[in-house]
Amino acid sequence: MKETPLSNCERDFLLKAIEEKKRLDGRQTYDYRTIKVTFGTDYGCCFVDLGKTRVMAQVSCEIVAPKESRPNEGIVFFNIELSPMASPTFEQGRQSELSVKLNRQLERCLRNSKCIDTESLCVVSGEKVWQIRVDVHVLNHDGNLMDASSIAAITALCHFRRPDVSTQGDEITVYSPEERDPIPLSVYHMPICVSFSFFQQGTYLLVDPCEREERVMDGLLMIAMNKHREICSIQSSGGIMLLKEQVMRCSKIASVKVSEITELVGKALENDRKARKAGEKCGFAESLPQERITALKTDKTPVEAMDVTEKVDDIIQKAEVPPLSVPSPSLPVPGVGQVGQNTWGLDEEEEEEEEGEEDRDSSGEEEEKGTKTQKEKDKDEVVELSDSEEEEVVILHPDT
Amino acid sequence: MEACSISNLKLREFGCEQSLLSRPDGSASFIQGDTSVCAGVYGPAEVKVSKEIYDRATLEVLIQPKVGLAGVRERSQEQCVRETCEASLLLSLHPRSSLTLVLQVIHDDGSLLSCFLNAACMALMDAGLPMSCLFCGVTCAISADGQIVTDPTAAQEKESRALMTFAIDSTERNILMSSTKGSFSVHELQQCIVVSQKASEKMFQFYRDSVKRRYSKYL
Repeated sequence: MKETPLSNCERDFLLKAIEEKKRLDGRQTYDYRTIKVTFGTDYGCCFVDLGKTRVMAQVSCEIVAPKESRPNEGIVFFNIELSPMASPTFEQGRQSELSVKLNRQLERCLRNSKCIDTESLCVVSGEKVWQIRVDVHVLNHDGNLMDASSIAAITALCHFRRPDVSTQGDEITVYSPEERDPIPLSVYHMPICVSFSFFQQGTYLLVDPCEREERVMDGLLMIAMNKHREICSIQSSGGIMLLKEQVMRCSKIASVKVSEITELVGKALENDRKARKAGEKCGFAESLPQERITALKTDKTPVEAMDVTEKVDDIIQKAEVPPLSVPSPSLPVPGVGQVGQNTWGLDEEEEEEEEGEEDRDSSGEEEEKGTKTQKEKDKDEVVELSDSEEEEVVILHPDT
Repeated sequence: MEACSISNLKLREFGCEQSLLSRPDGSASFIQGDTSVCAGVYGPAEVKVSKEIYDRATLEVLIQPKVGLAGVRERSQEQCVRETCEASLLLSLHPRSSLTLVLQVIHDDGSLLSCFLNAACMALMDAGLPMSCLFCGVTCAISADGQIVTDPTAAQEKESRALMTFAIDSTERNILMSSTKGSFSVHELQQCIVVSQKASEKMFQFYRDSVKRRYSKYL
């Protein structure tokens, strides 16, 4: 589906508002939208709501052979899936420019910053390592997918637990969660991406652009930073020239935002750990809002099964009884197997009839032949053998 | 004749939230116990020329697994859901247009197909698409000792001898779609159908309650 174009009126309105330091949702220039971090039922599942933008991250693992160049390092794989649910412009199974850009940025932000200890993921050097796969699904696109994805991915990685493994000689045992407690990944630091959008060739700057603002912006600067104020990656796109001061200012803003977000993520992880320890129910089902009129939840409900048996007996008695016995296969012609009666019986009868007719015809012919021989005899008597014989044959098929 | 024992049937706690996403025309998340699915509907909208049908709308159902890419399993589930939706939607009211239903697995703890169906129906309702009837999905499992379990968990599904999912319509309680796995007798099938029809009463009551709540002024 094509994207609905942004009208000139809307564009002008948005830019005018930005010039007047106003934003559509009433935020200030450096404000983030509300961030909400929730966790799923299993380990390594995390939802991030950034305003109306919503992403889900799921971490999974499996044992694979390592890369030849790095025999004792585990593999971390990232994939941002732009689901068609998020926006009608996203198509399934097609790598769009946006998805390539986001995937690359997430890899640079999390893999190249070496925030995960890949050496601890090694099981047998050169043979078996853990591959950690991070799937980020975008559920709703309302701008700033990068920040939401990076928060979701790093939170899911911190939340994830992999199964415990032991090696005895050549034998490798993977323990189920019941046998041994799963092990968390060792995360050195938490890089978080902060996006800045620039308008009017870099004159105006906004933090955390929403979808509308993204559509009128001139350029984008993404800074990935951890709470120790170390820049993990920095990328400018859109082709605008930025001054050194602007970049410096952005990095300062980013450091403040990152420390806020890291604190929030830490709190969310802590709350979840406490809830799991206390054995409380946790997961998506528990995060369903109860106070909204659009949401409703029921408790376990019993299903009455009083007259089920009678009803079933009734249905089965009414139903036609299928033939229980299957006749043994027969061989009508060599090379043809047949089970049951031939349903083409009618045709056969017709064929028989036809054959009968043919028989009659042939008998008639014979009779005629008889007459013919007589006629021929007559002809013999007349002794006038010529071309006329054929004509006489024609006469042998009377219309009656 | 072999018959299953059908005592103590129950549905896990279930819940639904509609209009939770801002971009799609209709969206819903449906929860059955720990199993949860999120659904989004776009349409009626412009259709690709290659997919255009001259007298009705083209319905496309996409299922997104939680990990990795959609495979054969998802394709077959997509087909089940699409055929059910096509049976209840009045597609001829929107000729030469497209409807897209996207279903995202949030967590799979058994009865996933029935959860897909319920989420799909809720999302279609939220999108305000014209339908001839509503539908709901009910999954029944027959355990090894011949007990019917409605709305089984993943563990119960694994231990079961047969697994059946029915889509049931709201007007006549007829079967719109059935998907079965494992072996069972005719008697067991009929029993499961009747049990599912009974369970569907609860689901439709829930649909009614949630719509009532949605259009009420107060909680």
